[in-house]
Amino acid sequence: MAKQESWTKKDLTGIEELSRAEIEFLFRQADRFLPALAPGKGLDLMRGRTVVNLFLEPSTRTRTAFEISAKKLGAEVVSINTTASSLVKGETLRDTAMNIRAMGVDAIVMRHSSAGAARYLGKALDISVVNAGDGAHEHPTQALLDAFTIRQRFGKVQGLKITILGDILFSRVARSNILCLTKLGAEVTLAGPATLVPATLKEAYPQVRIVHDLKKALSGADAVMLLRIQHERQTTTHFPSLGEYTSQFGLNAERAAWLKPEAIVMHPGPINRGVEVESEVADGPRSVILEQVRNGVAVRMAVLHLCTGAIAR
Amino acid sequence: MNTDEHTPLWIRGARVIDPSVGRDDARGEVFAKDGRFVDKLSKSDQARAQVIDAAGLILAPGFVDLNCRLGEPGLGARESIRAGTLAAAAGGFTSVVIMPDCLPAADNVGTIQLIRELCDRDASVRVLPAGTLTKGHEGKALAPIGSLKKAGVVAVTDTTSGVQNNEIMRRALEYAAMFDLVVLDHCQDSSMTDGAQMHEGAWSLRLGLRGYPRAAEEIVVSSDCVLAGLTKARIHLQHLSSGGSAEIVRRAKAAQASVTAEVSALHLLLTDAALAQYDTHLKLNPPLREEADRQALIAALVDGTIDAICSDHSPCTATEKDCEFDLAPFGAATLETAFSAAYEAIVADGHADLTLLLQRLTCGPARALGLDAGTLRIGGLADIVLIDPKATWKPSAKTLLSKSGNNPLLGRTLKARIRSTFVGGKLVTKDGQPSK
Repeated sequence: MAKQESWTKKDLTGIEELSRAEIEFLFRQADRFLPALAPGKGLDLMRGRTVVNLFLEPSTRTRTAFEISAKKLGAEVVSINTTASSLVKGETLRDTAMNIRAMGVDAIVMRHSSAGAARYLGKALDISVVNAGDGAHEHPTQALLDAFTIRQRFGKVQGLKITILGDILFSRVARSNILCLTKLGAEVTLAGPATLVPATLKEAYPQVRIVHDLKKALSGADAVMLLRIQHERQTTTHFPSLGEYTSQFGLNAERAAWLKPEAIVMHPGPINRGVEVESEVADGPRSVILEQVRNGVAVRMAVLHLCTGAIAR
Repeated sequence: MNTDEHTPLWIRGARVIDPSVGRDDARGEVFAKDGRFVDKLSKSDQARAQVIDAAGLILAPGFVDLNCRLGEPGLGARESIRAGTLAAAAGGFTSVVIMPDCLPAADNVGTIQLIRELCDRDASVRVLPAGTLTKGHEGKALAPIGSLKKAGVVAVTDTTSGVQNNEIMRRALEYAAMFDLVVLDHCQDSSMTDGAQMHEGAWSLRLGLRGYPRAAEEIVVSSDCVLAGLTKARIHLQHLSSGGSAEIVRRAKAAQASVTAEVSALHLLLTDAALAQYDTHLKLNPPLREEADRQALIAALVDGTIDAICSDHSPCTATEKDCEFDLAPFGAATLETAFSAAYEAIVADGHADLTLLLQRLTCGPARALGLDAGTLRIGGLADIVLIDPKATWKPSAKTLLSKSGNNPLLGRTLKARIRSTFVGGKLVTKDGQPSK
C-alpha cells in the first residue's frame, strides 16, 4: 500500500471519508505530537490561528480535550456551548457558522445532536470543520484515538479481534469505530442486547460479526470497547432497566477473564461505574482508559494541524 | 389567432391513447367545444377552430393527481394556488386533489369556501379539495363530514397525521360512507415512528438517523383492509412505500375488500440509498425504501394492485430545507417531474407500456375517487395532455413553475416530456411554461 505523504482534507467530518492510508498518516503525525503532551511542552504550529469549539450538546471531556489540543499547538480557543449560543434564539446553524467565520476563525470544532450536521457545515464553509460528534452518526476523533491506543499497545491493528459492547444503535462512537477498525484490518464483533444491536447492522456493515451472547463475544478478543449506556438517550423500550443490563452485559472481573490474557479494556467515557463496567475492571491492569484520554489530545492535535494546514492561504 | 373559451379545439395527427375506453389510434383526432369533448366539429366550427398538428406526439386525457398540496391558505411561502396549478399543468395534471392540512385546516365549510374562491381566481387546473376526517386532523373528534361534502370536498383524510385510534377510524369510515365519500388514509403507526427520519435499514444505521420501519406502514394498511371489510366503506391507501404493503393490498383486493391504493412517482424511481449525503430534498413521508420495495411497488402497479400514481407534491421552502437533516420538514415539490419519473421507472425500464402508465395517471385515480376526469369520453371535460415520448429534458430551478425549489430531480436528465396541457379545451401550458 502506498504511503500517504500529505493531507488534503480541510474537514474531518467522519471516518467514512478517510482511507486507510490517511488514517495511518494521521497516526504518524499524532506520534510526533506525543512528546508535547508533557507539561510545559507546548508547540507553536498554530500560533495566530483561532479555533472555535461550537458545542451544541453537553460535553465536558471532548470539549476540554479539543481546547487543550488547540492550545498545545499555540492556537487561540473560544468555546461556545449551547446555552450561551444564539441558536436558542432561532438562528440557523448556517447563520451561526457564517457569523463565526466572518470573525476570522480558522476552524470550527462542532458537536451537534443532528446526524449529518458536520458534513452540512463543512460544505457550507471554506474553513476547517472538525466533527466532535453529530447525533448518532460519527465521532471520528474518538475512533481515531481508540485505534491509536490499540496500535500503541499491540504495534498494529490489522488482524486483531475487537469487540464493541453495548448500545450500538444510538452510538456515534460505535459507528466511527466500526469504520475505523475495519479499514485498519481488525475483526470487529458487535455485542449487546438485540434491541440495541439489531441484526440489520450486518447489512450496514457486512464485515462485522453480531453476537448477543456475551461469553461468545468476549472469548478470544484482543480488546473490548465498552460503550456508555446513555440512559438520557434511550427510550424505555430498548432494555428493561440498568440493573438488567448490568446482569446481562456488564463487564466484571469474572467475565473479563474470557478475554485473551493480554487483552485490553477500553471506554470512551464518561464511565457509568457499576453499570456497563465494574470498578475492578475499569481500574484494573487491562484498562487503558486513561491512555485513551491522553492519546486523545495527540490525535486531536494532529487533526487540527492537518485540517487547518490543508487550506491554502 | 385569437382564441377564447368558445374557440373550438381540433388536435390531429397524434397517437391517441385513452385507457378508459381502450382507445389507441395511431393517428387520431380529438375535438372539443365549449370545454367538452365532441365527436365532430361543424364546418363553421372547423373554420374557426384552433387546429393543432400533433404528429409524433401522444395525446391522452389530462392526468389526475390524488395527493398534492398547494400551500394556500396559510402556507403561501411554500406554494401558491397560482404557481402550483401551473406546475400541475406543466406536469400534465389537469385535476388535483389537495390535502386538507393547510392553515387553518380544511376541517370546516369556511376553509373549503375560501379554497374554492382562491381557485376561482388563481387556478389553472381543476382543484378538488379534500376535507379532514377529524377536527384539526387530530384524530379525536369527527369533522363535519356531511357539511364538507356539501361544500364540495371530493374525499376526506387526516393526511400525514393519520388516524391512530381504530375506534375513531371505524366510526369515521361508517360516517363518511353515508355520504359516499372515499377516505384517503396515510398509513403510519406513529407510535413506531417517533423521531423517525428515513427508512429503517442499512442506510439509516450507517447515517445514524432514526428509522421508520416498514411495519409502521404495513400495520395500518392491514388494519385499514380489515376496517374496510367491517364497514364496507371505501378506503384509498395513500402513497404506499413498502413492498409488504403492496402484498397486503393484493390479498385484500382478492378478498373483494373495497380498497384502492396509490404510489408516488418518486417511490417508483428512487431508494433510500439516495439519502447517503443527507439530502434534505429527499426527506419524504413515507420515506424512500429499498430496491426490493421499489421493485415490489412497480410489480403491484403493473398488476393493478396499485391503482394510481400520485405526485405527492408537498413543497417546502429553500430555507426550510437548508438545515440539519432531522430539523428539515418532510416533502418535495414533484408535480412537474412526476410523469417523467414514472415514465423512466415503468416504461423506459421495460416493466410496462405507456398505455398502462397512462391508465394509472388518468382513469385509475379518477375511478378510485369516482371523479369525472381522466377520460376522452364524448361529453366529458376536455382535459388533454400532449406527450413527447422521445424527448429528454433537465428540470432546472430557473424554469420550473412551482414556487418551491425543492424538487429532488433538479439537474437529472429525464425521459419523456409533457408538451402541452389543455384544461376545458384551452391551452394552459406549453413545454413547461404558461401558454401566455
